Amino acid sequence: MDNVVVLMEGITKSFPGVQALSEGYFELRSGEVHALLGENGAGKSTLMKVLTGIYPKDSGRILYKGQAVEIPTPKAAQDLGISIIHQELNLMPHLTVAQNIFIGREPRSGLRFVLDEQQINEQTRQLFDMMHLQLDPRDKVGDLTVAKQQMVEIAKALSFNSEVLIMDEPTAPLTETEIEDLFRIIRQLREKGVAIVYISHRLEEIKQIADRVTVMRDGRYINTVGTRDVTIQQIISMMVGRTIYETAPEVPETADHETVLEVKHLNRGRSIKDVSFELKRGEILGVAGLMGAGRTEVARAIFGADPIDSGEIIVAGKKAPIKSPQDAVKHGIGYLSEDRKRFGAALGLDVETNIALSAFQKFLRFLGWVDSGKTRTTADHFVKALAIKTPSVRQKVRNLSGGNQQKVIIGKWLTANTDILIFDEPTRGIDVGAKSEIYKLLNELSSQGKSIIMISSELPEILRMSHRVLVMCEGRVTGELPIAEATQERIMHLATQRESYL
Amino acid sequence: MAVSVAPRGTLVRNDALQRVLAFGALIVLFVVFSLASPNFLQFNNIVGILLATAVNGVLALGVTFVIITGGIDLSIGTVMTLAAVVTGVVITRWNLPVPLGVLVGLLAGAAAGLVNGLIIAKLKIPPFIATLGMLNVAKGLALVISGLTPIYFNNAPAFNTIAMGSVTGAIIPGFNIPNAVLLFFLAAIIASLILTKTVLGRYTFALGSNEEAARLSGVNVNAWKIAVYTLTGLFSGLAGVIIASRLNSAQPALGQGYELDAIAAAVIGGTSLSGGEGSILGTVIGAFIISTLTNGLRILSVPQEWQTVVTGAIVVVAVYLDIVRRRRG
Repeated sequence: MDNVVVLMEGITKSFPGVQALSEGYFELRSGEVHALLGENGAGKSTLMKVLTGIYPKDSGRILYKGQAVEIPTPKAAQDLGISIIHQELNLMPHLTVAQNIFIGREPRSGLRFVLDEQQINEQTRQLFDMMHLQLDPRDKVGDLTVAKQQMVEIAKALSFNSEVLIMDEPTAPLTETEIEDLFRIIRQLREKGVAIVYISHRLEEIKQIADRVTVMRDGRYINTVGTRDVTIQQIISMMVGRTIYETAPEVPETADHETVLEVKHLNRGRSIKDVSFELKRGEILGVAGLMGAGRTEVARAIFGADPIDSGEIIVAGKKAPIKSPQDAVKHGIGYLSEDRKRFGAALGLDVETNIALSAFQKFLRFLGWVDSGKTRTTADHFVKALAIKTPSVRQKVRNLSGGNQQKVIIGKWLTANTDILIFDEPTRGIDVGAKSEIYKLLNELSSQGKSIIMISSELPEILRMSHRVLVMCEGRVTGELPIAEATQERIMHLATQRESYL
Repeated sequence: MAVSVAPRGTLVRNDALQRVLAFGALIVLFVVFSLASPNFLQFNNIVGILLATAVNGVLALGVTFVIITGGIDLSIGTVMTLAAVVTGVVITRWNLPVPLGVLVGLLAGAAAGLVNGLIIAKLKIPPFIATLGMLNVAKGLALVISGLTPIYFNNAPAFNTIAMGSVTGAIIPGFNIPNAVLLFFLAAIIASLILTKTVLGRYTFALGSNEEAARLSGVNVNAWKIAVYTLTGLFSGLAGVIIASRLNSAQPALGQGYELDAIAAAVIGGTSLSGGEGSILGTVIGAFIISTLTNGLRILSVPQEWQTVVTGAIVVVAVYLDIVRRRRG
């Protein structure tokens, strides 16, 4: 086909420990809106970052208008006419709209180093007129709504005479009306022959705006189809594929156990909307959803790390006013962050100190003197019980592997006698062997009567570990499935259920 | 979320608000001190305030740039001293012409700034640490070069007139405003033009507002960062020339502590320590607040120690105001 603008073939890209792309293929035509789909970690963003010069590719080739090209830097992509609008907008809030659009290539007046502010504003105004956009070039970007900021990014991309425009989850922060505006602009651009790559998790939206769909899975190209020719169901099955499961583990009957945690009508801004659920003793509740579904936000709210607008948290039948992590610990709730390095472990301290950290008062003697004999025996106990691989309890946690760091954090919460453990992506960045050890540990904990909330973006993990699955989308709980009824397809379906399409 | 944007002009910008507050504070200080002491509004005392502002003010102009980029420069005080000493050596020990000595002094300041910039941009060392290192390096070099003794400019009487002569006095007899003050105002005007009208100024704000966005927009952020630190060093060099000329000597032990007053001036004037915001006018007002306060307290016979306590407290209050503004914004 002669209107192919971009052709990417056999693209591979690996990061330490992860093969992000093993067989990236993508064909983009001018004047089309092309949706790029896949689960979290399928390689969509990586592929687009390769195309825009943010990551160098390991191998493979890129043809731009039939010519083989190398795109080593973002600047090189820009010069070719390829622009990307990231999920986190790349704007300078303190600068005006026009200053943002022309950053790096400001028109100069007379003297070479003097800016021609008038020209900057004038050219921006022309750009906006062309887009039929009502926006003052002199407004400070920081004062604009997210939707308007996105328009500024689009205008900026167009000002480079971009022929390829990549949008990563553009509608995630937008309201319905704002989405309509965005679609109007996108259709206009398509008319003008711009090729648009549209990355989104919102399948209904893709049916609405995209002409073709490319699906990726596990860093591989799966298929490209015309949007009209497929149903959402078909797209979903392409995304999840057929995965071979190991034999399903015995799921203990926990339904008639007592309820240890009850969350009622939890609300926080736009990130948590009327979330309610229960957790039984000895249960592993899997929480599934796509990125930005609000799962971590709910966990942080229950743990008292973020304030809530309204709602109740009931622990063991009693209302628990949790205002801070200290309160949560007092009520026996522990949170294992997805970002172990930043929130979970004190990496510079040794295993012993980390294990004692959440419950130091247990080890204090007269005048705050730490009973180091007792911390030592406690640490030794958990190193043995959790099979933490460390030369000694004096080893700094930084020097342990990801899986063992995770175990140290688990040990810390067990020392603090927490009965409710919230695991946020417990196996992220952990290699396969260590994963199964963590799984074993989770099962042991639950059989000892600990209740576990496990947030995970990996569906196989959810299906393997959970006794029950809660699915979230855009801050709401969109469904709850007993494990016997949970399949990747059903979870995916619930995870993409946007409010407006219910 | 409603799609509404505050109409232009209804919204007082954060840093503008702080400027208005700072200007108000300056006026209040003037009123209070002039009511408290009849000596305060004397012409000579006002000249004294202006003169005291000049050196600190020039340093503050320079540091305003790095603070807007989201960085900091702790070395400006001792770099100033280094520049003064270098100027002294060139003029008095090598007996070279005064203009050449001034030029070498300015270049010494710029060179120190360039080194700061290189270390920060290329080696990715946090500005706080890099410039803390330069603080000591410059201090040590000043001592080494001077041979631990003050350098007096007795052989070059012209040098003293750079700061202490009066162009205005020559035009209007009796209106003897020292040149140091005029140099400060001139430097402020130039700094303001650089900050608001030139590419360097634009990228100064861009770096502080969102460095990654600037980088992805094709701005060579490292080069511009180095340029900004060099410019700050150049201003320190100018401050070094002015202070040496004013004291008619280069005092190698002087300098440390000046950086805090200069940073305070910038922050009081609305330059945000988290970057992206600031103005030269604000810094000028901030510098005047500090010197007016010091002067007024001295006139009221408040002991020197207590003056230091007051200025220290004011800096903390100014930074706190900055944080409060941003939390709301």
